[in-house]
Amino acid sequence: MDLVGIQIIQVLSGIATLALMGAGLAVIFGMMRVINFAHGEFMMLGGYVVIVCTEQLGINLWVAMLIIAPIFVGLVGLVFERILIRFLYGRMIDTLIATWGLSLFLIGVITWIFGNVTKGVQTPLGSYSFGDYSEKTYTLVMIAFTIIIYIAIFAVLRRTKLGLIARGTMQNPNQASCLGISPPRVYMITFAIGAALTGLAGAILAPLNTVIPTIGVSYVAQAFITVITGGAAAFTGTVLASGVFGTVRQIISFEWTPILGQVFLLITAVILLRIFPTGITGRFFRRST
Amino acid sequence: MAADGVILETRGLTMRFGGVVAVNNVDFSMKEGELRCLIGPNGAGKSTFFKCLTRQYKPTSGQVLFRGTDITGDITFQIARRGIGIKTQVPSVFDGLSVHENIWLSARRHHKAREANKITDAIIERIGLGHTTKKLVGRLAHGERQWVELGIVLTGEPKLILLDEPTAGMTGDEVGRTTALIREINRNVALIVVEHDMQFIKAIAAQVTVFHQGQILVEDSMTNILNNQRVRDVYLGKHAV
Amino acid sequence: MTGLLASGWKFDPNRHGTWAVAGTMIVLLFVLPVLEDPLLLLQVRYYVSMIILALSMAFIWGFGGIMCFGQSMFFGLGGYAYAIAVGNIGESTAPFFLSMIIPAIFAAILGYFMFFGRLNDVYVAVITLAVTLALYYFINSTSGDEYKIGKARLMGFNGISSIRKFNWPGDPKSFLTANELFYFSMGLLLATYLGLKVLLGSKFGRVVVAVKENELRAELLGYDVRAYKLAVFVIGAAIAGLAGCLSINYKNFISPNAFHLALAAQIIMWVLVGGVGTLFGPIVGCVVLLYVSFILGTGAASGGGMNTYFIFGLIVMIFVLVIPQGIVPTIRDWREQIGRYRRMIGGGLLSLSDQLPAGHGEGMRNLAERLIGVMKSESGPAPGAGTKG
Repeated sequence: MDLVGIQIIQVLSGIATLALMGAGLAVIFGMMRVINFAHGEFMMLGGYVVIVCTEQLGINLWVAMLIIAPIFVGLVGLVFERILIRFLYGRMIDTLIATWGLSLFLIGVITWIFGNVTKGVQTPLGSYSFGDYSEKTYTLVMIAFTIIIYIAIFAVLRRTKLGLIARGTMQNPNQASCLGISPPRVYMITFAIGAALTGLAGAILAPLNTVIPTIGVSYVAQAFITVITGGAAAFTGTVLASGVFGTVRQIISFEWTPILGQVFLLITAVILLRIFPTGITGRFFRRST
Repeated sequence: MAADGVILETRGLTMRFGGVVAVNNVDFSMKEGELRCLIGPNGAGKSTFFKCLTRQYKPTSGQVLFRGTDITGDITFQIARRGIGIKTQVPSVFDGLSVHENIWLSARRHHKAREANKITDAIIERIGLGHTTKKLVGRLAHGERQWVELGIVLTGEPKLILLDEPTAGMTGDEVGRTTALIREINRNVALIVVEHDMQFIKAIAAQVTVFHQGQILVEDSMTNILNNQRVRDVYLGKHAV
Repeated sequence: MTGLLASGWKFDPNRHGTWAVAGTMIVLLFVLPVLEDPLLLLQVRYYVSMIILALSMAFIWGFGGIMCFGQSMFFGLGGYAYAIAVGNIGESTAPFFLSMIIPAIFAAILGYFMFFGRLNDVYVAVITLAVTLALYYFINSTSGDEYKIGKARLMGFNGISSIRKFNWPGDPKSFLTANELFYFSMGLLLATYLGLKVLLGSKFGRVVVAVKENELRAELLGYDVRAYKLAVFVIGAAIAGLAGCLSINYKNFISPNAFHLALAAQIIMWVLVGGVGTLFGPIVGCVVLLYVSFILGTGAASGGGMNTYFIFGLIVMIFVLVIPQGIVPTIRDWREQIGRYRRMIGGGLLSLSDQLPAGHGEGMRNLAERLIGVMKSESGPAPGAGTKG
C-alpha cells in the first residue's frame, strides 16, 4: 500500500516536473510559435539566481525562488527579445538556430562567472515518511506550485483582459493592430512573461537537481518534446503530454532503469507525433487554450 | 477514356471542417475537352471544392472520378501523374530557380534529358518568356510568374487542367494574353477554372457552374448566368433557395 | 552512368569553382606526404573526417532542406558499427562498408516514419533531436559486461578503444601505413565531394533542390516528394557513417560522445556559417570553426571552456541575424552586386560619352566598355539553380 502511495507521488512529481518545465515554453512556442532553444538556459539562470541570493546575499529561499528569479530571468528574456528574437519572427528554423546560439552564449557567461563547479541548493523542508518509504517533502511542494501556476495561467488567459489581448494578437495580429493593440509590444511582453515562467520553473526545480551551467541541455529537449507533442492548444496540450510522458517515464524507470525511462519517454513522443502529426490537442480538445 | 466522354465527375463530395460544411454533397460532371468555370460569392465553397479535387484537402466523404477511375484515395502526386495539371491560387513555382529550370523539372518528369531540353525551350517560347529564361522566377513580375506556372502545367501534357484564379493581379493586357492562351490550350485539353473576373469568363466563353453555400446552384452558359435573377440575388447576399 | 556524369558536369553553373576545389584536394593529396610530417598528416585526417561529416549535412540540409538536428547519430552509428564489426570479424573490409550500411538502414526506418508521415520541418528537427538523445543515453549506459554484440562489448560511457585499423582487403595482417591511411582518407574526401557534385547535377539532384524550394509544386509535378526526402536522408546518413568510421581510424577510439548534441550542434554551425546551398561553404565553415575551437581550447587555462561556448554562441547569433546564408553564398552575392554596379556605372558613362562632342569621349568610352565588358566575362552564367560550389 505504501509502495503504491510512493509510486503515485513519484508519477505525479514526474508529471509536474515536465509540466513546470513546459509552462514557459508553452507561452513562447505555443502562443508565439517562437522556438526558444535557450529555454534550458533560462531555467539554469533561475537556478543560479536562487543560489546567488541564498548563498551570497542571504536572501530568504522562497523570496529568491518565487520573486527574484522570475523577475530577473524575465528581464533577460526581454533584453534578448529586443536585440535578437524580434528580427526573426516567422522564420522558425532561424529562430531555432539563433536561440541555440543564445543558449551557448549564456552557458559561456555563467561558466565564466561561476566556473564549472557543481552547485547545490539545500533541499528545504526535509523529508517525510510514508510507511516504509521516505520522500522529500519538497516534492509535494513542487507539485503544489505547478498546480497553482497552471491554474493561474488558465485564469489569466481565459478571464482577464490581458489574456484576451494576448490570445487575440496571437491569432490575428493585423486585426489586433486595427483595434489599437501593438503586436510587437504584445510579443515582447509575452516573451518576457514566458521567460519569467521559465526562470521560475528553474528556480523551483533547483533544490531537486544539482545546478551546473550545462544543465539546460537536459531540460530543453524534454520540455520541447512535451510542448510540441502537446499540440496547438499550448497549455492543455502541455498538461496532457506531461501526463502521458511523466507516467511512462516513471513506470519504466521503476521497472527497469531511469535511463530506459528517458529513452521510453522519447520513443513515446516519436510515436505520438507520428499518430497525431499536429500534436495531441491537434485532435482532441482542439478549442481549449 | 470513359465511355460517355465524362472526364471528371464527383459523387456526393462533402468537405467538413469541424462544424462547418464547406462542400455539401456535390455531384459534378464535365466532359472531355470542356472548359468549365466555377464561380460564386466568397465562402460559397468553390475554392474548397477545387482543393478537394487537387487533394490539397482530403474530402470528408464522397467520390472523385477521373475518366471513370476512382481517384478519391489518391495522394497529390498520384493525381498529378494521372495527367491532371494544377495551378494554385497563390502561384506555386520555384522562386529560387530560373524560368528554364522550372519548366525543365516538369518536362523531365515525362521525358529523357535531351527531349526535356527541347520541350522546355518550346514551352518557354509559347508562354512568351524567351527573353528572361535564365532569370530567377522569384524576381519576375506577378503576371509573368503566373505564366511560368501555366507553362509548368502545360509541360506536363495534362489531359485536364485545374486553374485557380489564373488572372488574379494581372493587368488588362496580361488578361488578354492569358485569355488567348487558355483558348488555345482548350483546343486539346479540358479545363476547370475558378474565377471572379466576369469579363474574363465571358471572353473565354465557358460553361459556368455557380456555387452557393457549398452546393451547386445552377449550371449554364455565361450569358444565361448573367441574366439569371437567382444568381444575382446570391451575389448580392440575398438568400437563394 | 555516363549520362549521370555528363549531366552532372553540364549542369554545374560553377564548374570552375568545382575544379578549383577538387584540384586543391588533389594537390594536397600529393604534396602533404612529401613534407614528412606525420603529425600534420594525422591532423589533416581528422579534418578530413569532419569535412566529410560536414558534407553530409550540407547535402541533406543545404540542398535537401531537411533540418536534421542529430546528424551526429549517424556518425556515431557508423563508428560503432565499424568498431563492433571489426571486433567480431577481425578484418576491416566488411566493417568499412557496414559503417555506411548500418546508419543508412537506421535512417531508412526513421526517415520512412517521418517523411511518409508527412511531418513538417520543426517536427523533423525535434524528432531527430529526440532520437539522438535517446541513442546517447542508451549507449552511455551500456558499460556492463552483459551489453555486447557478438564478441564486442559496447562499453557504455567508457567507449571502445584499441580498435583494429584498416587493413588491405583480404589480408588481415597487413595494416595500412600512416601515409596510406592519409591517401585513403583524402581519396574518400575527393570521391565524396565529386560524387555529391555529380548527384546534384543529375535529375535526382535537381528534383531534390526543387523539393526544398517548393514541396507542393514538386508534388504537383508528379514527383513523390516523400521518397526523395527519404533518399536524401539515407544518403546523408551513409556519408556521415563513413565519417564516423574514418574518425576511428584517426583516433582509435569511439565513445558515446559521438552521439552527443554538442557534435550535432557543431555540424549545424559548419553549414550555417559556411553556407547553406553550397558544398564548398560547409567545407570552409568546418575548417574555420574547428580551427577556432582549437585555438580557444588551448587558450587561457580557466577561460577555455567558457570561451568556446561564449564565442560560438556569439558567432551563431550574429550569423543568423546578419549573414544568414553563410560566408560563401554571401561573398558570391557581393561579387554579383559589385558586378551589377559596375554594369550600371558603365552604362551611365557610355551614354554620357555619347553626349560629348566628337573626339572628346574617347577615354570615357574606353572606361565604360571595360566596366561593362569585364562584367560579362567575370560573372559567368547568370544565377541558376541552387547547386553552387
